Amino acid sequence: MLRDTLGKAEKAKEKKALYGEDIDLEKFIKEEAGEHEQVTKANEVPKKVQDTLLKVGVDPNESERSGTFIQVDQTGVCSTCGSESVEIMGMNVALEKYNWLKDYMWKSVAPDTDKYTAQTALREANEGPSGYFIRSLPGSKEVFPLQACMFIGDEKVMQTAHNVIIAEENSELHIITGCATGEDVSSALHVGVSEFYLKKGAKITFTMVHNWAEQVDVRPRTGIMVGDDSTYISNYILTSPVRSIQSYPTAYCTGTNSKVLFQSILGGQKDSVLDMGSRVLLEGEGSKAEMISRAVSKDQSQIYSRGHLAGRTQNVKGHLECHGLVLSDDSMIYAVPELEGSSTELEMSHEAAVGKIAEEEVLYLTSRGLTEEEAASMIVRGFLSMDITGLPPELASETKRMLDASLQGM
Amino acid sequence: MAVEVSGKKVLKDIDLYIDEGETHVLLGPNGSGKSTLFMTILGFPKYKVTNGEILFKGENITDLNTTERVKKGVGVSFQNPPAIRGVRLMDLLKVESGQKPDDEELSPEMLELAYKMKLDENFLDRDVNLGFSGGEVKRSEILQLLAQKPDFIMFDEPDSGVDIENVELLAEEINILLDKDKKPGLRKNSGLLITHLGYILNFVNADTAHVLMDGRIACSGNPSEIIEDIRKEGFKGCVQCCGIH
Repeated sequence: MLRDTLGKAEKAKEKKALYGEDIDLEKFIKEEAGEHEQVTKANEVPKKVQDTLLKVGVDPNESERSGTFIQVDQTGVCSTCGSESVEIMGMNVALEKYNWLKDYMWKSVAPDTDKYTAQTALREANEGPSGYFIRSLPGSKEVFPLQACMFIGDEKVMQTAHNVIIAEENSELHIITGCATGEDVSSALHVGVSEFYLKKGAKITFTMVHNWAEQVDVRPRTGIMVGDDSTYISNYILTSPVRSIQSYPTAYCTGTNSKVLFQSILGGQKDSVLDMGSRVLLEGEGSKAEMISRAVSKDQSQIYSRGHLAGRTQNVKGHLECHGLVLSDDSMIYAVPELEGSSTELEMSHEAAVGKIAEEEVLYLTSRGLTEEEAASMIVRGFLSMDITGLPPELASETKRMLDASLQGM
Repeated sequence: MAVEVSGKKVLKDIDLYIDEGETHVLLGPNGSGKSTLFMTILGFPKYKVTNGEILFKGENITDLNTTERVKKGVGVSFQNPPAIRGVRLMDLLKVESGQKPDDEELSPEMLELAYKMKLDENFLDRDVNLGFSGGEVKRSEILQLLAQKPDFIMFDEPDSGVDIENVELLAEEINILLDKDKKPGLRKNSGLLITHLGYILNFVNADTAHVLMDGRIACSGNPSEIIEDIRKEGFKGCVQCCGIH
């Protein structure tokens, strides 16, 4: 690792993040994560891991998947690939295979962003790399998605991962990722640094389902470099309880005519604190961005739904949309849409609405024989089940299924 | 029966009896309380019965909530139902026809009924009432009633905003819902229909008409005579003829 990166990380060890509750890393760092056995196929991982994988859209039988990567705690336990168009492997393997890979590390997420990125960088240097490397080869178009899973199996673990995803020129890459915790884990911390690079004419769809435990803190850090004529689509689903999650992925639309779409579905339950944002910097001529989020707060949950759209050159276009339903008096939704225009000839807008379930809609459904509870649940599920666009048909129906499964618990 | 809405007395003295197998028409100027009567029979929470009771098939249902009343066989077709984002017409039809919500497909019987109502599978996949045209709303409402099979059905302006050729289509299904295809003595289902002297009555035979004025039933009688009267004399004139006022 570059000395410069390490130096920055060292200095940022105590640097608090801009948003989200400050997590005491000492509590987690001391705990040594156990080693886990390597397997050659996803369906050879322990049964209890497999059951959890299914819940986050990762299929242990790998049907209609082009490859799989599974990390349990700090160990990459499985990586398989059945396609010649794409590559998926642990970062440790990839760094040995490709000398150039280090040039992509810490370029879209700075190691000194905060103490979480700093710890990830320091750990990478001291204990070896973790996380996955994914790449689609130039001009390739693999319709079946790759799947990756981060699984926390041990108590009090701080899981770190540093992922690098590269879509080469004119390639199309579809990824499903699921993150989950074992049933017996009550307290843990996950920090995932993900760096995306889209070369000219490339497209990535990244669909992520989170299913953490009630006492788990999550701090993903994501940067996306979007090149000329390329498209990045992110779909994020979280409906199960978590102690806290704070994430604010940033897409740098530096390419001309680059496009970004963020869609997120957030269901707050119990004492969860969800602080989720997305940021797009429109710096390439003709670049476009859209961010859509749907949030529902129940119980005592708190949801911060942030969005920042910056138009910094001419002929760029962006729209930010955040709709929230507050279902209990003890819960909260805080929508923070921000628009920043620093050029002429740009078009940016936002739309935010936070409210309760419309009584008129509940009455309509009760007059068709549903109970009030059934009516409310149908309306909430409808509200959250927005049409996820931009996916190939195979993946669209799969995503719909994943979404429906996530909404069962709401 | 007397009914208050947010502390205001809207229905003052309503006495209405609809026998098994009968269809009645409810007429009256805007604001006379026609919709209030519907919502009260449905049991919507804002509508408080301050005096009297509602009997359905001999049972007092005044204290039951809407869901319970609907489960006993009360049905309604709304004039302007709300759109619900993300809830597809198909999802509702499954619940209404007693299918499991996670059934992938609608039952063949329901699909056949939908085709009869000129609503194809793409339409069934749309969010309920979202961007529906006036006629589509009415056809979707009637289709939902066909799924529910209620014993007593209230129709609020079932033909408003519907083009003429589709009124006949709607009327045909309303007649089936109201057992009009059976001989009068064999009819089981009853109905109450709000219409603005609608065209629909050319196709749906009603047994009795009532004129609602100022929260009271001011006049009852033969539907065609009453309608003729209202056409000639207006609501006020008609009510005077009745001599009940």
